[in-house]
Amino acid sequence: MSEQVRFVQGNEACVEAALYAGLGFFAGYPITPSTEIAELLALKLPQRGGKFIQMEDEISSMCAIIGASLAGGKAMTATSGPGFSLMQEALGYAIMTEIPCVIVNVQRGGPSTGLPTHVAQGDVNQTRWGVHGDHSIIVLTASSAQDVFAMTVEAFNLAETYRTPVILLFDEVVAHTRERLLVPEPGVLPLVERLTTSVPENVNYHPYLPREDGRLPMSDFGGIHRYNVTGLFHDMWGFPTEDPKTVHELLRHLVDKIENRTHIIAHYQTYHVEDAEFLIISYGCSARSARQLVEDRRLRGDRIGLLELQTLWPFPAHIVQQLSAGKKAVIVAEMNTGQVTASVKAAADDPDRVFLANRLDGQFITHYDIRNVLRLVQGKGV
Amino acid sequence: MERCRIVFSGSGGQGVITAAVILAEAAVLQEHLNAVQSQSYGPEARGGATRSDVILSADEIFFPKVLQPNVLICLTQSAYNKYHSILRPGGVMLTDPHFVETHRGLDAQRCEIPMYQAVLDQIGKPVVFNICVLGALLGIRPLVAPDSILRVLETRLPGDFLDLNRKALELGYRLGTDCAV
Repeated sequence: MSEQVRFVQGNEACVEAALYAGLGFFAGYPITPSTEIAELLALKLPQRGGKFIQMEDEISSMCAIIGASLAGGKAMTATSGPGFSLMQEALGYAIMTEIPCVIVNVQRGGPSTGLPTHVAQGDVNQTRWGVHGDHSIIVLTASSAQDVFAMTVEAFNLAETYRTPVILLFDEVVAHTRERLLVPEPGVLPLVERLTTSVPENVNYHPYLPREDGRLPMSDFGGIHRYNVTGLFHDMWGFPTEDPKTVHELLRHLVDKIENRTHIIAHYQTYHVEDAEFLIISYGCSARSARQLVEDRRLRGDRIGLLELQTLWPFPAHIVQQLSAGKKAVIVAEMNTGQVTASVKAAADDPDRVFLANRLDGQFITHYDIRNVLRLVQGKGV
Repeated sequence: MERCRIVFSGSGGQGVITAAVILAEAAVLQEHLNAVQSQSYGPEARGGATRSDVILSADEIFFPKVLQPNVLICLTQSAYNKYHSILRPGGVMLTDPHFVETHRGLDAQRCEIPMYQAVLDQIGKPVVFNICVLGALLGIRPLVAPDSILRVLETRLPGDFLDLNRKALELGYRLGTDCAV
């Protein structure tokens, strides 16, 4: 068992999980605070027969993983805010062409080059709407090395299941904190493999013709079938079209394949919510401070609970609505000006009872920061 | 064990972050405790003030940083000046008089141990200073067994260098034990 217990940073947990999930290709341009992911994969991926390429920038990194995935491999890149901004155009292409891939964004302070070595959670809405045009996206996050592992494996599974890019939105604290990681034995966590077409060679393959269950089997690009891939609206052959019915159906498909499955894609943890009068909602590193507050206050008899979100998009409004109902107050703890708070207000029965506890100065939010907001809400003063 | 929060501080190149990682790794891999380790990142990590936080506990650890350490290790004057006020009242202040002059009146168990001079005199290689500091810490507070530190060092170091580190660990441990009495 001892070889399965590791003491690692969140970034290394992400690497171990990506390898566990069957990563075959990584392209990236190292940037703090995600650098360890590229550094470790440069060492480990070739040892497993995979390919590692350091690209000239993040635009080409994103394009390279799209190509690798289309050719049949599980592909990933890792970056931080400035690089993630550069990836948006190609990210939209992957959404439109339905090419599975995983993009890690380890957040730092922004906008622009911002605070390279400090913590922030300001990219939540960029992951949702950084890409132009109507679309949907899956974004997962985590607050510990163990959860980074679980969510990274899940990201690869969701990418293959729904033929879509999946974003892993981590932060500097989780990425750089070292702690215990139990690496599961191979086979313990289920893996979703590529759904490939059964259409034989010399028979027409339609890359965007769904099966009866709605899924689109893929054919390794450059293999036995010739087909077209385009970022323009396209028909079942993959060729551009302006036919209104086809355009409408494709856009609905891109959105509905994710939004209609929010209840399946929604990952979250709850702590002491059953009898809670006050609910904290948090995610990523902030959820650790929130958990500390909840555990401390419970010892004093306060009825306070925590909802930790692990799926940020599609936003699990049904869970937030259900757990916030009847609470005296809901406090959202996050390191931005209220990006998830806005979604919580939209989901909650009483948005006036939703409050924000945040920090914007590059310093990690503490349980005392959240406690001060709680005391203000309770009318106790700081 | 009772939860212990430790801050290692000094300057880049002294090995304070490495010492913190080794301690936390020994706790998790060798003694099956919970531990988290983090460090200040950035330009200050190259020659300026460097800081690494470690929390050791039998229970789950939520908030991963240290706000008020039970043990504060300061290996430069600037680190001491910057951090001495965050020590919990009555906590352990471990310094080396070669680098740090402490204030009187600090509410702490003050351990001013000439670790750097001892390493120069008895081992002759200042590169193992950080392991001597780690040994002294364990002599003052039995957080993990020195053997557990050695097990971790064995996975990281070649034979000759391991011997030097073992000597430094034992030297520090003796000095720390003397101070603890």
